Amino acid sequence: MPKELLKGNIAIAEAAVRAGMQAYFGYPITPQTELLEYLSARMPELGRTFLQAESEIAAIHMVYGAACTGVRAMTSTSSPGYSLMQEGLSYIAASDLPCVVVNMMRGGPGLGNIQPSQGDYFQMTRSAGHGDYHPIVLAPASVQEAIDFTLLAFTLAEQYRHLVILAADGQVGQMMEPAELPPLLPVAEERPVWALTGARGRGKNIISSLHLRAEEEEIANQRIQARLLTICANEQRSTEYATDDAELLVIGFGTAGRIAYSAVEAARAKGLKVGLLRPQTLYPFPEDRLSRLARQMRSCLVVEMNAGQMIEDVRLAVAGRIPVRFYGRMGGMVPMPDDVLTAIEEAYALHAAVV
Amino acid sequence: MKVECLFSGFGGQGVMFAGQLLAYAAMDAGLDVTWIPSYGPEMRGGTAHCLVVIADHPIGSPVVMHPQVAIVFNGPSFDKYEPLVAAGGLLVVNSSLVPRSSTRANLTHVRVDATQIASQLGDTHLANMVLLGAALTARPLLPLPAIERALDAHLPERHRHLLAPNKQALAAGAEVLTSP
Repeated sequence: MPKELLKGNIAIAEAAVRAGMQAYFGYPITPQTELLEYLSARMPELGRTFLQAESEIAAIHMVYGAACTGVRAMTSTSSPGYSLMQEGLSYIAASDLPCVVVNMMRGGPGLGNIQPSQGDYFQMTRSAGHGDYHPIVLAPASVQEAIDFTLLAFTLAEQYRHLVILAADGQVGQMMEPAELPPLLPVAEERPVWALTGARGRGKNIISSLHLRAEEEEIANQRIQARLLTICANEQRSTEYATDDAELLVIGFGTAGRIAYSAVEAARAKGLKVGLLRPQTLYPFPEDRLSRLARQMRSCLVVEMNAGQMIEDVRLAVAGRIPVRFYGRMGGMVPMPDDVLTAIEEAYALHAAVV
Repeated sequence: MKVECLFSGFGGQGVMFAGQLLAYAAMDAGLDVTWIPSYGPEMRGGTAHCLVVIADHPIGSPVVMHPQVAIVFNGPSFDKYEPLVAAGGLLVVNSSLVPRSSTRANLTHVRVDATQIASQLGDTHLANMVLLGAALTARPLLPLPAIERALDAHLPERHRHLLAPNKQALAAGAEVLTSP
């Protein structure tokens, strides 16, 4: 397929369509409204389900219901809407249902604003709603990755029967870049054996998140934890730049990660031995790669569009072997490459001070 | 090669489309490009801007503090971005709406009576193409025929009848710099 100049929101919407999404439920909220608007025309055109719910709470429970019947279902929202979805997300996870949820993060807390932010890292990676689990969280930094990770999200969701969050920010949603869409895949005709499709001629399928006996609830939890162990072993993803001989490792995801890339390029041009690690999965966090890289580094610098959230996962992976420093902007402010470069130079200067 | 190009003006002046056109032309030329809009709660008549980054290698940040090229369509945009243009950069100003001139010695300052020229071509909305034509003549990031091909391919259906005037406006902008 030839490259097209695509806006992130539209690219994710069309990628989901081409991945065979059969049902979409959502509620408009900036900066992801174009995604829903695009699908409101595109889904009916293909005879598929588009439904604008009365709220995010309704939308996520519609996704829950559709997923129970074994169809590929998705919703998209932005931070305040993602908060509203927490109860439904927890029920989906407890029911072992494959669902894809896009969170195009914006400035918060509260109603906040509509500018790009990464303030929902904790909320997405630690859990989704109440209970004891993690969703898989994918973090695209470009329009092409937004497309690729939308496809990956459906694949992982079905492979593991697990909730997958596509964690982007307003900048990824609003930006246009040349990108290549996949071909339109046929919609799966077969439903999974566990799906609620009507029990005529077969035994009952039961999908429930209710286990009144604690012994049974613990077994349900053990099943989720065993799955997460497999996910952590197999699905850690990251990309890196100029790490081979680096002494300072810059770590950032999504938009902050690609801005950090420019700063690392500029630092390299000044002769500083600096590299970049950009996590593409936030859960599972790429701790194996980071742990290995940390052995060759003298320190690392975490760059985020929040007050410092991923830095906790970095500290866990680095396990105290090297200093972990931080540069961040909050409330919808996007860091400029020059500012990240200054933070790099300051962190790098501290190496000399130690010698 | 990497160039950042800022377009800024009132909503409704075709600021976003001028930037998109440059982005389409860059993509068609096989370059990497990002286009990012301001997407605050603006409305027609409010300020709007977009930033286009063009490079012959993968682009990291789609945002910069000091763009190498700034095309300002109105007074508020001039006041905001004139001090921010990178040293050695290009500032293209719609002099129809901006009476002030830059006093900075370390940039190329091009003043184009764009709204007036567009008006003579029959539609003040063509000022965006006049300014783009002038900017690409002062700093030939891409040849004007590449922009014309992008117009052929991407001008929205409802503006199709304005294809020829858009191309005339591009040429008129270029002429401001080439005419003696």
